[in-house]
Amino acid sequence: MITAGMSARILLVEDDANIRRFVRAALQDEGFEVFEAETCKRALIEASTRQPDLAIVDLGLPDDDGKQFIARVRGWSALPVVVLSAREREEEKVAALDAGADDYLVKPFGVPELLARVRAQLRRRAQVDASSGSSTIVFGDIAVDLATHEVRRRGEIVHLTPIEFRLLAALIRGHGRVLTHRQLLHEVWGPGYVERAHYLRVHMANLRHKLEDDPAQPQHLVTELQVGYRLTGL
Amino acid sequence: MSATRPDPDRLLADITAEKRRAARGKLKIFFGACPGVGKTYAMLQALEQLRSEGKRVLVGVAETHGRSETARLLQDLPQLPLREVEYRGRTLREFDLDAALAASPDLIAVDELAHSNIEGSRHRKRWQDVEELLAAGTDVHSTLNVQHLESLNDVVGRITGVHVRETVPDHVFDQADDVVVVDLPADELLKRLAEGKVYLPDAAQRAREHFFRKGNLIALRELALRRAADRVDAQMNDYRRTRAIEAVWPARERLLVGLAGTDDDERLVRDAARLARKLEADWIAAHVDVTQERRGKHARGRIARTLELAASLGAETATLPGTDVADALVACARARNVNRLLLGHKPRSPWRFWHRSIADRIGRRHPDLDLIVIAPGARQRAPQIPRERGAPRIKWLPYLWSTLACFAATAVASVLLRVFDLANVVMLFLLTVVLVALRLGRGPGAWAAFLAVACFDFFFVPPKLSMSVGDTQYIFTFVLMLGVALITGQLTARLRHEARVAAARERRAVMLARLSRELAGALVTEQIAEIALRDFGSGFHAKMALALPDAQDRVRAVAHNTIEIDESIAQWVYDHAQAAGAGTGTLSAAKARYIPLKAPMRVRGVLALEFDSAEPLREPEEQRLLEACCGQLALALERVHYVEVAQNTLVQIEGERMRNTLLSAMSHDLRTPLTTILGAAQAANAQLGDHAVAPLLGSIIEQAQAMLRLIENLLDMARLQSRGVELNRQWQSLEEIVGSALRELREPLRAHPLKVDVPPNLPLLEVDALLIERVLVNLLENAAKHTPAGTPIDVRARNESGNVVIEIDDAGPGLPNIAPEKLFDPFERGHKESSVAGIGLGLALARRIIEAHGGKIEARPRSPRGASFIVTLPAPAQPQLEIA
Repeated sequence: MITAGMSARILLVEDDANIRRFVRAALQDEGFEVFEAETCKRALIEASTRQPDLAIVDLGLPDDDGKQFIARVRGWSALPVVVLSAREREEEKVAALDAGADDYLVKPFGVPELLARVRAQLRRRAQVDASSGSSTIVFGDIAVDLATHEVRRRGEIVHLTPIEFRLLAALIRGHGRVLTHRQLLHEVWGPGYVERAHYLRVHMANLRHKLEDDPAQPQHLVTELQVGYRLTGL
Repeated sequence: MSATRPDPDRLLADITAEKRRAARGKLKIFFGACPGVGKTYAMLQALEQLRSEGKRVLVGVAETHGRSETARLLQDLPQLPLREVEYRGRTLREFDLDAALAASPDLIAVDELAHSNIEGSRHRKRWQDVEELLAAGTDVHSTLNVQHLESLNDVVGRITGVHVRETVPDHVFDQADDVVVVDLPADELLKRLAEGKVYLPDAAQRAREHFFRKGNLIALRELALRRAADRVDAQMNDYRRTRAIEAVWPARERLLVGLAGTDDDERLVRDAARLARKLEADWIAAHVDVTQERRGKHARGRIARTLELAASLGAETATLPGTDVADALVACARARNVNRLLLGHKPRSPWRFWHRSIADRIGRRHPDLDLIVIAPGARQRAPQIPRERGAPRIKWLPYLWSTLACFAATAVASVLLRVFDLANVVMLFLLTVVLVALRLGRGPGAWAAFLAVACFDFFFVPPKLSMSVGDTQYIFTFVLMLGVALITGQLTARLRHEARVAAARERRAVMLARLSRELAGALVTEQIAEIALRDFGSGFHAKMALALPDAQDRVRAVAHNTIEIDESIAQWVYDHAQAAGAGTGTLSAAKARYIPLKAPMRVRGVLALEFDSAEPLREPEEQRLLEACCGQLALALERVHYVEVAQNTLVQIEGERMRNTLLSAMSHDLRTPLTTILGAAQAANAQLGDHAVAPLLGSIIEQAQAMLRLIENLLDMARLQSRGVELNRQWQSLEEIVGSALRELREPLRAHPLKVDVPPNLPLLEVDALLIERVLVNLLENAAKHTPAGTPIDVRARNESGNVVIEIDDAGPGLPNIAPEKLFDPFERGHKESSVAGIGLGLALARRIIEAHGGKIEARPRSPRGASFIVTLPAPAQPQLEIA
């Protein structure tokens, strides 16, 4: 949908006018087209009429929960959603991600961070649209063939257990989205395992040690503490 | 089907008993028929065996009796030094209970369970020492001869003719976890004796020819084996009950033993105990407290002792009020569903030939009750108890008054004789006797009766002023007069006694009622103490003190009138929930008696009573009154305690709610403007590019970020300070937390070469990941902030004996010149007024978080330069991973 030269359209759902003002300024400075909404109801109307390429949604809205907006939008659109949340609202953030949000930022957030996330989500969207043909995914010096289950690092084959491969494949399918523990457990182990986060810790650690140069400072398999994991560098 | 199911209540009781047993140490008794069979040797051998298996064993006390084999065995075992006690000018050596408790070995050997401790020891008997060791969780091995078992004590005495005073209650034996019978055939033992292998002390030489006869030895051996077999039987039944193997659940038999207060009672109780065990019956020992019978202190003491003995043999004891022994016993039997009644045989008194024995009367009136009458024992010469000092001193004053009354009556009669006939004047003397008996009691009443007859004879019956009697008619008058006077005197005296008993009962009832009324109104502990002080002192003729526990369960005297409370005894009583001090079996040398105040939930305090009289509470009623009063006191203390708890909880809930409201308001109201300040400055900065104002915006951004961190720290600190903070504990990998912290601090750490070593085999931690990340962020940020650019920072983690240790090292200027632990106090900063931002809240927060996780954090200087911060977190048992 986004083509070169055409500016992306961003829907900003936020009730605080001050925050709206500087976010709009920063986004417009980057060349994005910005639409604002103060309430959940207004945001749904804007989302359907303006056809935005990305939505930035504050979770604490005056009329309804931002989660409701995400759930409703997910009914008919795959548009990337970046959530803004307060720090101590752990569960809310995870619930929003479970409901279909793609990424989150904790308030107070830095503008460079916000812009980086927005760009990453837009790029991801473009890749998902483009990469439907090839079965080989490359990030950093790692190449993963989803068809043959072959993983190579700097050209050398890396042996993954079936679980580790399923985990990696799930992260690849997420395309840079933050995947919550619950989503990953559900996808890799099945619905009976969604409460056993320690499974993830053990297998993610194995995966990091096989694929990362410094597992304590990973470049691709990034931990979002208490929330989940994401694959960066795609 | 229901008949085959075990009684759930009993099963529950078994389970609780099992639980209690699990926490207790295990008692193993080496049981023998007589001295010299090798119990001590067997015990020490078992100890040696366990020691070679790696157990920490200790010999608390062992008697070798000069036997060389035993002494040799003892040499190799670790021994506890004996305690030396000065007693009547001699130095005696005694088992050291406190040292044994302090040493707390896995297993301790304590020889001769039946031993009586030297006066002044904590417990009177060694088996009580052993009980305390078991309660503390130490396993104990001990030895015991059959003659020392309470219920068999007199049987053995009758067999051998040697009576031993040192006994062990049967329940100790029955509840032992293991009993090993050390058996030696009689011939073998006699041979060993003849060869001198069994050495007996001089004192025992005399008993030797009596005791070590072959017949005796065979009988004793049989007795020991049978008693041990009985115990196995009981265990088998227990096992059946818990496993519901067979439906043998007959209604339990119940025996009632009537105690008459004679010398035979003790034997009766022992027989009853044996019978009850054979029948597996519950049994009740009852004494009928007949109101008309006045008993001396001595008799009452004997009854109390017999009841105590019965209780120690497992009986339920009761003192029944009533006027007729037979009726009271039957009423009790009916009420408690008793099917057998045990009585001692009382030979009929030749003086009261019309009197039928109690057994006879019960047998006639209630033919449905099984009666067992125990024959009187061979008249053992009961140790003559010396007359109680100063007990039956005759009071002369009432007799004087009685005499005066008779003379007055004589004087009045001589006046009246002028008007009335002699036969009528006699009535005046009768009246006098009745009045005297009523006012002054039985003795003076009888004295008055004789004196009245004498006066009447001497002054009025012709020939006057002589004791001789002219008319035989008057003999009849004398006899009649004496008879009437004595009977009325007896009746009135009985009336008086009953009135006194009733008054005493009334006094007790009033005291209890007043105490409970006053305690019901008490709202704080101080009031309760004051009430107790007032009522107990007057009610029991004693000085008292009250000790209550503080938050650390240390008891402290809170109220007393003029007695010194020994807090160490009070503490013992509080911890063990057992009475101690004067008049009890524990620490009986103390001046006061210490009684635990047991409430339904727990012991609430200790009451110390120092009685004015030497032998207090001989009356069972007094004892019961004291128990009831202590119960009331304990209940009141518990009630007040829970009122306080409820109030505190309310206040706490209110405070918590306020704090949470404040915190969430603060976190929202402080962060929202900062979000705008930071965001707007950054957005503006991006647009300005190289404009001259850009550095100004840069400092706004920098300061806003510093302020943000401070606010985060403050809020976290406040949240953690509120009590009962819930950590969001989950299984976490340290590698991920470190990774997350390093990612957050990418910018500040860029100036330092970073070395990270988190080995892959670290265990998972069950922690609140965000809080631990906060700790690492604070420590790393400190390292970055306080060290010059270019110096390296190392992050290392390792597994160290069940803990995960994280170490953050820098090569900066090192720690400031203050005590390392002070670094972690809030608002403590290394270098005063330094230009580096931050007010030293980071380390305080770090410590709080780590301590909330049960870990610790410390700072150490490094050589040659730099500092290292070390965080230790406990690594719990790892969660299970299924192979999916």
